[in-house]
Amino acid sequence: MFDWRWDFVWEILPRLIWATGNTLIAALLGYGIAMVLGLVFALAQRTPSRILTMVVRELVEFIRSTPLVLQIFFIFYVGPQFGIRLSPWVSGMAAIGLHYAAYLSEVYRGGIEAVPRGQWEAATALNLSTARTYFRVIIPQALPTALAGMGNYLVGIFKDTPMLSVIGVAELMHTANAIGSESYRFLEPFTLVGVIFLAISLPTAWLIRVFERRVRRSLGMN
Amino acid sequence: MSYIEFLTTYGPRLMTGTLITIALTVLAGLLAVAIAFAAALMKLSPSMVVRGIATTYIEIFRGTSLLVQLYWIFFVLPLFGITLEKFTAGYITVGMNLGAYGAELVRGAIKSVPRGQWEAALALNMSPAKRMIRIILPQAIVVMLPPWGNLFIELLKGTALVSLIAVADLMFQAKQINGSTFLSAQSFGTALIIYYIVARFGITPSMRWLERRSLRMLGRG
Repeated sequence: MFDWRWDFVWEILPRLIWATGNTLIAALLGYGIAMVLGLVFALAQRTPSRILTMVVRELVEFIRSTPLVLQIFFIFYVGPQFGIRLSPWVSGMAAIGLHYAAYLSEVYRGGIEAVPRGQWEAATALNLSTARTYFRVIIPQALPTALAGMGNYLVGIFKDTPMLSVIGVAELMHTANAIGSESYRFLEPFTLVGVIFLAISLPTAWLIRVFERRVRRSLGMN
Repeated sequence: MSYIEFLTTYGPRLMTGTLITIALTVLAGLLAVAIAFAAALMKLSPSMVVRGIATTYIEIFRGTSLLVQLYWIFFVLPLFGITLEKFTAGYITVGMNLGAYGAELVRGAIKSVPRGQWEAALALNMSPAKRMIRIILPQAIVVMLPPWGNLFIELLKGTALVSLIAVADLMFQAKQINGSTFLSAQSFGTALIIYYIVARFGITPSMRWLERRSLRMLGRG
């Protein structure tokens, strides 16, 4: 290809690979937060309180229909206005975790609602506590239904991490940008970022499908 | 500065930004629909080459980030002699990205039309094009409309990234206002609410209306 310099590629590759580590850490941390917070959102919508259900439902809708990059800016800049200073990493993880928690809560909700009513009734008949009903009966059965969606959002969160570059988290896109403005060469860094994303997201998506099939089989579903 | 004062001072700028955001969403949406149908039909083609092209396109655009694609198209493509104006580069990238996601929706919906419908069209000696346009697609569209609603909201959200290449959309205006006033809660908060209103009271009801209409056209309403 014209003007493509391999020597430049070898020169910047170590920096990009190091930044890929940061990208992966950001994705996994964000996903961890989203998994826990998403469960809170999902369970809050199943409490007897109608008001709590409605408020959480509306909050989830709000988070899902507004841009993540704007939420990142909001969390990063609003704190200092009220005297709370958050580092780029903390506000970035909070924003991305909150955003995907809203998506995951819908996935959990779908999974929980797919569990037959009889299972709830059986748990009640056996006098199981609410916590025991959820953790021993409902969630294990909801999980296989939820896994496909959960896997998609794991790849999704990974692909959304470049947005963290806007507040200065030193992930892959941020590093490529920095290399570009230092050397005035954008072709190699931006192309490599694309290649690195493909090299990680395609195999991950494939692994998730395999994993999902195995879980379903091990639970005796199809 | 009270919030009312903030709105009277900066409201017009946020409104201008909102109009740009809506324009981007409509243009990118049309492009995404066109690409989704083209790529889905290509993926159903008997030719391996045609299928391969569509699969490569879909995997590349779904496997990388929208932001990466945007930077690539805006900063790298000019090196190959293709220079796009930032607004154009913006909606084309968003449209191409969401089109790749849409292709899978369209393909799934086409595949969900019962086999009997395909066979009946064949038995009536319809040409492949006529079968697709008159029999398969109308039924597939009813199936795919609800997920398209979600995709259009993703698309609206995607347009916010265009502000990073300095297109003066809603996100960009919010950032500018924040930069000059330091009223972050007001500027970013108002922008968040506007995005929500566009999605919840613009896109969602329009899609519901389209769903009802398409059902009626099939005589199922």
